[in-house]
Amino acid sequence: MTDPLLVDLSRLQFALTAMYHFLFVPLTLGLSILVAMMETVYVMTRRQIWRDMTKFWGLLFGINFALGVATGLTMEFQFGMNWAYYSHYVGDVFGAPLAIEGLMAFFLEATFVGLFFFGWDKLKPLTHCVVTWLMALGTNFSALWILIANGWMQNPVGSVFNPDTMRMEVTDFAAVIFNPVAQAKFVHTVSAGYVCGAVFVLGVSALYILRGKHIALAKRSFAIAAAFGLASALSVVVLGDESGYAVTDHQKMKLAAMEAMWHTEAAPAAFTAIGIPDLESRTTRYAIHIPWAMGLIGTRSLSTEIPGIAELVEHARGRIRNGLVAYAALERIKADRTDAGARAEFARTQADLGYAQLLKPLVADPLQASEAEIDRAAWSTVPHVPSIFFTFRAMVACGFLLIALFGAALWYTAREAEAPRWLFRAALLALPLPWIAIEFGWFVAEFGRQPWIIEGVLPTALATSELGIPSLLITIAGFTLVYGVLAVIEVRLMLRAIAKGPETLAGDPAALFPGIGANRNASGLVAAE
Amino acid sequence: MLALLSDYETLRLAWWVLLGVLLIGFAVTDGFDLGVGALLPFVARTDLERRVAIHTVSATWEGNQVWLVLGGGAIFAAWPALYALSFSGFYLAMFLVLFALILRPVAFKYRSKNESPVWRARWDWALFVGGAVPALIFGVAVGNVLQGVPFHFTTDLRPIYEGTLFGLLNPLALFCGLVSLAMLVAHGAAWLAFKAEGPVAERARQIGQRAALATAALFALGGLLVWVGAFGGYRVVTPLIGNGPSNPLAKEVVADAGAWLANFRAHPALFLVPLLGIVGPLLAAAGLRARRDGGALLASTLGIACIVATVGLSMFPVILPSSTHPGHALTVFDASSSLATLRNMLIATVIFLPIILAYTAWVYRVLRGKVSERDITAPGSPAY
Repeated sequence: MTDPLLVDLSRLQFALTAMYHFLFVPLTLGLSILVAMMETVYVMTRRQIWRDMTKFWGLLFGINFALGVATGLTMEFQFGMNWAYYSHYVGDVFGAPLAIEGLMAFFLEATFVGLFFFGWDKLKPLTHCVVTWLMALGTNFSALWILIANGWMQNPVGSVFNPDTMRMEVTDFAAVIFNPVAQAKFVHTVSAGYVCGAVFVLGVSALYILRGKHIALAKRSFAIAAAFGLASALSVVVLGDESGYAVTDHQKMKLAAMEAMWHTEAAPAAFTAIGIPDLESRTTRYAIHIPWAMGLIGTRSLSTEIPGIAELVEHARGRIRNGLVAYAALERIKADRTDAGARAEFARTQADLGYAQLLKPLVADPLQASEAEIDRAAWSTVPHVPSIFFTFRAMVACGFLLIALFGAALWYTAREAEAPRWLFRAALLALPLPWIAIEFGWFVAEFGRQPWIIEGVLPTALATSELGIPSLLITIAGFTLVYGVLAVIEVRLMLRAIAKGPETLAGDPAALFPGIGANRNASGLVAAE
Repeated sequence: MLALLSDYETLRLAWWVLLGVLLIGFAVTDGFDLGVGALLPFVARTDLERRVAIHTVSATWEGNQVWLVLGGGAIFAAWPALYALSFSGFYLAMFLVLFALILRPVAFKYRSKNESPVWRARWDWALFVGGAVPALIFGVAVGNVLQGVPFHFTTDLRPIYEGTLFGLLNPLALFCGLVSLAMLVAHGAAWLAFKAEGPVAERARQIGQRAALATAALFALGGLLVWVGAFGGYRVVTPLIGNGPSNPLAKEVVADAGAWLANFRAHPALFLVPLLGIVGPLLAAAGLRARRDGGALLASTLGIACIVATVGLSMFPVILPSSTHPGHALTVFDASSSLATLRNMLIATVIFLPIILAYTAWVYRVLRGKVSERDITAPGSPAY
């Protein structure tokens, strides 16, 4: 049995490095598309201002991108470093999307990002614009494949446990790729990234407008960010990943935890707008309900029931009992690989093997588990309800605030009216909101996945490497230190670049048509780097 | 082609070759970036010279580094047990590598964003560490793999590593670290000689000659050490089953000091590979001396490919030997993913690798030409 402290530290380290990495990823996703859109307008109109905008926002994109790359390296290797049993257990399925992400996305993104910055005077404007789009495409492909991998952790389709290799193996790779949970997550996550990029452009532009600086650039940027942001924010909500929550037992459990829905209600269930979930009594105090809303959001229907926590726990208890049959059969196969009877029994019950493994942290031999231990294991399938309940609400609140902000910003820009100053101040104040919403969103998705690392297949408590506690303390301290220092440096550079603002060399004809007839070393570029 | 895609043994061999291709791809492309980082304080003294050296890789190092990331992903997908064992086993060493590599992107991007000499000196240190430390540690890792790593599996196939960080830093492993450091420094020098102008290129030629000669000498010495059995070796004594299940507990392996030479003795033509591993760096040194920089870079590339291939060929079919439980060693035939995953990944690789090579080649073509101090000082230059 793995030391529970080791499991907690491994989880802490993954949470730290993943959540830190994801401070940079959404801005990369959003800004890459916005910058590509700005450059497209430049190529179509050949107006210098759009080129300046592309370069200025591209410069900020670059400062952010460097840290995204740096922290992404950790992500690629730490499954093997900290989660060795996980890597062995599911590498056959989970590794493939990661490798394809490298082949299809990382090379595209990383190869063309160099040309984006250094190719201005070496490429024709249209070619450079294509390069920028390829870079943005690479970034988005990357999100697609990592969310296919993550979607499989939430809904492990297309795979089966092989008793000869003691691991999960893929049976239907197409099912892994077209996993409905992964598809919903992809749309939700990239849209959230676009929102993040849009809020960033909106907020920085608002700062310039409030200070009366770089007005031409700021107004155009504000307008494009408002339109792109509103479309993206609506997509986050409408195509939000709640649609993926009806799919599996534990996704249903996560949904019930998000709503603190302790018991099944008659369809369509009410939505608990706010309240205080109480773990002791397993009730929600001071709840304010909105009739029908939950049923509509969760099932898109008026007649489908959403199961409550207590009913899902009962269901889990049944799966544990069934899983114990699989567990016993697997032990017989390990003792005698030719035992055909044991193999047949295992094939029949193996879908619940993971549920029997929930007993491993509680009892040395799951087959000897008492009723009380099975009860504890069944209740261990409930994630921590209050934290999921509140972070989910905070995420949703941020989302609706941003929709209101984008809506107001678009209202004024569409009517070409002078927007009031409070709107610009609001845009500036809204800067942290997308990051708060996104980090909370990941918290709901992944903390809400507990106790599973792969839903229904492998409990988190079994998945770590067998490392010493000191090793983990060293790396946690090391990552915290280096990430902390880099964060401070990054924010300072970002603020400096924003304070310095865009520079233009308007009037220099070479700057308008770089690469055409101009000396490539003296073509009068905006100092992008 | 179709037969290839349905035969487990062939797929495993294909992925063993692809593992080598990825490692060579990383060592050859990101290798010169690492070498440039490690050489930065020595080939470039003034700030302007340093910016010239950095600018030779500023637009391409990011794509090159993806070979490492893809290597990680591909090992995860094709050799999950190897991924699980090597990265958890070499835990703190891997952390050191990550620490050094995390500094690198940031150092490239942030160094020239501030005029302060203190600021720039600090980032130059970061680039040096980000180049030299991984170049050394990757070799140390290979040195440990050759000697066998202390690990075993439980009956659930849970990998258990029994060693320590200081166990990894043994003399033979550090010797291998020196081989890889010399090799990548020579490669970085050849790149700088080829791509930079002025004093940076001149110094790179001087240092590169010495590093290339050192690479040839150290690699030859390494071969001698293997020959006398200093690294030990492991031999699979039960029959190899090409299409059996990937379960490393079903075979027997014995320690045998001559085992790492067995493949070469059985197929003497293979001796050509380590021979080219020595000839490559020698030719690189001669090329740098004769100022045939492009030729030197090609020769260095050949040398790296053959040095990496030599390790793989000498150990085949073993991939990761265990020093404490030899029978638990990972081999080509019992540590791979399933047939379906190997096939899916091979199809993906066959589709995407040529596309990657094509656009990477195009990008290098766009960026062709030497980097001079004028490129840095020109008004509005985008150089770091």
